[in-house]
Amino acid sequence: MALLTKKDAKLISDPLADNNPITIQVLGICSALAITAELKASIVMSVAVIFVLGVGNVVISLMRNIIPSKIRIIVQLIVVATLVIVVDQVLKAFAYELSKTLSVFIGLIITNCIIMGRFEAFALGNGPWRSFLDGIGNALGYGVILIIVGFFRELLGSGTLLGYKVLGDPIAKTGLYATGYENNGFMIIPPAALIVVGIIIWVQRSRNKALIEDH
Amino acid sequence: MLEHIELFFKSIFIDNMVFAVFLGMCSYLAVSKKVSTAVGLGAAVIFVLAVTVPLNWLLDQYLLRDGALVWLGPEYADYNLSFLSFILFIATIATMVQLVEIVVEKFSPSLYNSLGIFLPLIAVNCAILGGSLFMQSRDIQSLGLAFNYGVSSGIGWFLAILAIAAIREKIRYSNVPAPLRGLGITFIITGLMGIGFQSFGGMLTGGDDAAPVEDEQRMDYDKVSEIKKENLDKEDIDEKEISYNDAINE
Repeated sequence: MALLTKKDAKLISDPLADNNPITIQVLGICSALAITAELKASIVMSVAVIFVLGVGNVVISLMRNIIPSKIRIIVQLIVVATLVIVVDQVLKAFAYELSKTLSVFIGLIITNCIIMGRFEAFALGNGPWRSFLDGIGNALGYGVILIIVGFFRELLGSGTLLGYKVLGDPIAKTGLYATGYENNGFMIIPPAALIVVGIIIWVQRSRNKALIEDH
Repeated sequence: MLEHIELFFKSIFIDNMVFAVFLGMCSYLAVSKKVSTAVGLGAAVIFVLAVTVPLNWLLDQYLLRDGALVWLGPEYADYNLSFLSFILFIATIATMVQLVEIVVEKFSPSLYNSLGIFLPLIAVNCAILGGSLFMQSRDIQSLGLAFNYGVSSGIGWFLAILAIAAIREKIRYSNVPAPLRGLGITFIITGLMGIGFQSFGGMLTGGDDAAPVEDEQRMDYDKVSEIKKENLDKEDIDEKEISYNDAINE
């Protein structure tokens, strides 16, 4: 690949696994978990964060030499808020139902710690292209976890994926339900998301012993 | 008076910031290793929420919502600036936090020493912006109620971080599977506590017979009903009612 040097590719691949923003850096959990009861909402949320973080990182990186360090937090907040307003208005215009489901959580992308964290840690000290890659990489790492959680919660909680009944019809007792399978209502309630993420962390750290924390 | 008491308990227990809507999770996980620091951060959150929610309520009421500008004259009645709320709310919060920090530093150095280091952290705490956004989407009716909402959701957050910090101090002596240590077990404990807090759900609706359908703001109920609705035959209204209630009772 001529487009990406090895170092650049690492910027994208690192956050996907060993430096994942959610399971390792513990950032951006705030707005992530509440919307993962359905796969569709998780995907839309991931796309929104990829857009905001990718563009935001480039903007901050371009302005990095003219932002006075004392007011950088406010400058960063204004940049994110502007991008989030764009996302919010687009969603309201083209996917109104979905924007109702996501309600305030689109707005909460502003205070998503991943975004401020990447601005502070990367975009303020690196050029636009590398910042862009870093933004996309971290947002993808966030999206991957969101989609995994959304997949399991929707599949086990309501037997559907993206609204399609993949396990059969629970009322007519077709498909898997004919064998006596029942939907697990527990997966739909919010705390289940935490437990699913807990299990993801467990699996990830069992596979990579270097990540284990001591107490 | 009654609505104040109701809102107070509802925001602390039923719509708890951490357990019901996952707000402020980042600092909740990062700063909950010791009880003493957790208390400091919790107090700062209560304080900042109590200041910013009423302030943003005023902004929303007289500047942002549909027809809010009518006090300028009848020709402004059609303006709806609510798309600006994110940027105005976050600007208010960032400025207020800075202001509070300066004032506290000047007048109460001892409070500053215990609270001060947490204040900058709080500007980007989702619980604070979430408080204002929920205040807006729940249509809180008066300034007093907005203040009440700010304080009580702050207390809810305080309770949550205090509880998890106490548990994490104790769990150090337990034999947790190695890969789960630290972050993993904290997630799972928080999930279990969240399930515990779900049981407060019936507290104000009066138990099983009061259908929480009117309560449109409860995210999880909404989702349950939406998902259930898709699963069910649209004509079969009776059955829909029954299994909706079943879903709630679960």
